[in-house]
Amino acid sequence: MNFKDRLKIQPVEMPEQDPVVRITNVEEVPLGYTPQMAMQEAMRCLQCKTPFCIEGCPVGIDIPGFLKFIETGDFRSAIRKMKERNLLPAVCGRVCPQEEQCQLFCTIGKARKNPCESVMIGKLERFIADWERKNGEFETPPSVKPSGKRVAIVGGGPAGLTVAGDLIKFGHEVIVFEALHKAGGVLVYGIPEFRLPKSIVQSEVDYLESLGVIFRYNYVIGKTIPVQVIIDEYDAVFIGTGAGLPRFMRVDGENLLGVLSANEYLTRANLMKAYDFPRADTPIVKGRKVITVGGGNVAMDCARTALRMGADRSLIVYRRAEEQMPARLEEIHHAKEEGVEFHLLQNPLRLLGDENGWISGAELIKMELGEPDSSGRRRPVPIKGSEFIEDTDALIVAIGNSPNPLVPASFPDLEVTRWGGIVVNEITGQTSVQGVFAGGDIVLGAATVILAMGHGRRAARAMNLYLSSGRWVDLDKALDLCRAEVR
Amino acid sequence: MYEILHKEKLGPNIFMYRLRAPDVARYRKPGQFVIVRIIEDGERIPITIADVDTLEGSVTLIVQAVGKTTLQMAQMTVGESIPTITGPLGEPTEIKKIGSVLCVGGGIGIAPLYPIARAMKDIGNSVKSIIGARSSNLLILTDLMNEASDDLIITTDDGTEGRKGLVTDAIRDLVARGEHFDQCVAMGPPIMMKFVCILTRELNIPTIVSLNPIMVDGTGMCGCCRVTVGDEIKFACVDGPEFDGHKVDFDELITRLSTYRKEERESLGCYTSETGCKLDSMPGGSS
Repeated sequence: MNFKDRLKIQPVEMPEQDPVVRITNVEEVPLGYTPQMAMQEAMRCLQCKTPFCIEGCPVGIDIPGFLKFIETGDFRSAIRKMKERNLLPAVCGRVCPQEEQCQLFCTIGKARKNPCESVMIGKLERFIADWERKNGEFETPPSVKPSGKRVAIVGGGPAGLTVAGDLIKFGHEVIVFEALHKAGGVLVYGIPEFRLPKSIVQSEVDYLESLGVIFRYNYVIGKTIPVQVIIDEYDAVFIGTGAGLPRFMRVDGENLLGVLSANEYLTRANLMKAYDFPRADTPIVKGRKVITVGGGNVAMDCARTALRMGADRSLIVYRRAEEQMPARLEEIHHAKEEGVEFHLLQNPLRLLGDENGWISGAELIKMELGEPDSSGRRRPVPIKGSEFIEDTDALIVAIGNSPNPLVPASFPDLEVTRWGGIVVNEITGQTSVQGVFAGGDIVLGAATVILAMGHGRRAARAMNLYLSSGRWVDLDKALDLCRAEVR
Repeated sequence: MYEILHKEKLGPNIFMYRLRAPDVARYRKPGQFVIVRIIEDGERIPITIADVDTLEGSVTLIVQAVGKTTLQMAQMTVGESIPTITGPLGEPTEIKKIGSVLCVGGGIGIAPLYPIARAMKDIGNSVKSIIGARSSNLLILTDLMNEASDDLIITTDDGTEGRKGLVTDAIRDLVARGEHFDQCVAMGPPIMMKFVCILTRELNIPTIVSLNPIMVDGTGMCGCCRVTVGDEIKFACVDGPEFDGHKVDFDELITRLSTYRKEERESLGCYTSETGCKLDSMPGGSS
């Protein structure tokens, strides 16, 4: 098939649950490709000589490589190719903002002048991962001689899981310390069931266990075991404790009943299964008219969860305009389909309560866009005199998270930025403490799963070199040399 | 899994459990707590650690059954295990030699108070303790508190033991007879801590309290346990659970504790109708 023909193939639509039905359940919205659909979609890939899509991928997946295998129906080889670079494809296929990454650079998308019409790399990644899981076809790589080295991974989220998967392959003893009672981090407490089923996360964790990774749940390093003890007892340590520090608006009334951080709301709903109360024991605030303040993926998740919790109306209140919302396009699109109302260019000034201390309303002010701020986006400016009250009986604050301070606070030797992120070498993930590496949201602040995985990938390479060579100073230069040789 | 090694009933709805949790016991200091989950799909709840035994590798929790989870826990037996004990969480109590310390414990608050009273005495303070409950059969750890204190005063609302009245009455008694205190530590129901602090503020006695807001993760991740201390918002799970009692907004804490009152009643009701298990009736009406 030649280029012209491939270009002509229309993007294969992913079947989805009907919006009216899906707000009554927590099942996934996209229903997945059939093998025929996948093969057809994979045919759209031109197998470009210079695949720009790979450069857009934070973990450097050989995209044309795995797409070619899907096109020919060789799904076994496709997943093998995928897993050379990405151990969590079932997750990434569902949560990566592909329109800002691989699909942004896709030649087809450029030819059609629309990144939404690129090859559906994300959907195909999801397809191949689901195929492997459904067919029970997990392959265990050949066993490796034990290296005699012990690695501690603090935090079982996307960064930590990636490091674990990479390092176990070198024969190191790998132990993941997870504070919660399930591994996955944001994958399990933050991202809703209807975007990322927890059974999938569990399946990925089970896979890592089958490779020999040891998981210790309910371990809060810094409390259960001091950080120094971990550093002393392990040959290398990776800190991936994430951005679990909720940001509040600091307005009056924020402690009223019915006002929750997004982390609390989502943790109750997802990890603690409050959607199943009272069969599951954890309750959740169920408002009739729920306001979610914020414009990112987390805000979309909250607003859509509120509908599933039975809200009559679910509002997004965001101080900038839609084009500036950081949320993934697909999430905004799904939220709108489900009936989430977008109240843009509005910002809360204070929250009002009733005689029982429950939130009854939010005083909002209208905004307009002024000059760009430090993030490059046009700064929202309040319009004087435009204040008004929006009634509400539940409000979720989804304006961002900062790095969780628990580990840095208990271990002052670790250099951190002004806002609490651990300072690391960009190439290796090395921190200011010998033997200790870090990556993911604890470094970046609240970012994405795939960036965390990219950090994990980088750190694992550097950690492996550190473990085998004992070299700490100029590890980044040594790593570069290593990579040059491999190429 | 964390095995129940020992279980004892101390009074109506009050149980003491010793659970195997060597990694929680190892670095624990007085004042810290654990987050516990007793079944899959159960809720996560905070419970102060009353004691540990590092040789046995166990933690001792004293728990008052008030709702579904704590009532279900009360049905468990030695040999059974629970899926989650996470800790030790929170900042430990600052134990220092300051002179004369007044320890005030109300009801179930006597449990976390005991290790602190003992530590304060061990480091060389003179420790006077007041423990109070609604009725005699709700008093716990009286012998241990007696050993840990230079002087122990017992109060009961109904006069069935000790001085009839509230712990605040006993504080006034002590002060009236010329006692001076450099520090007060008060632990118990929020309303009790509130009124103790109002009194100690008047009397100029610096007071530490241990707060018990609703929690979910216990590691500072969700903000559910946020409390207003002075003009700052603090998270009880990582900044606390102990704070300067004179700065805590107790009214807000008490209100926030009622967030899930309706759901708590529903959950308990479901559990009771499914299993027939009920809370013991409490003296003086409902718990």
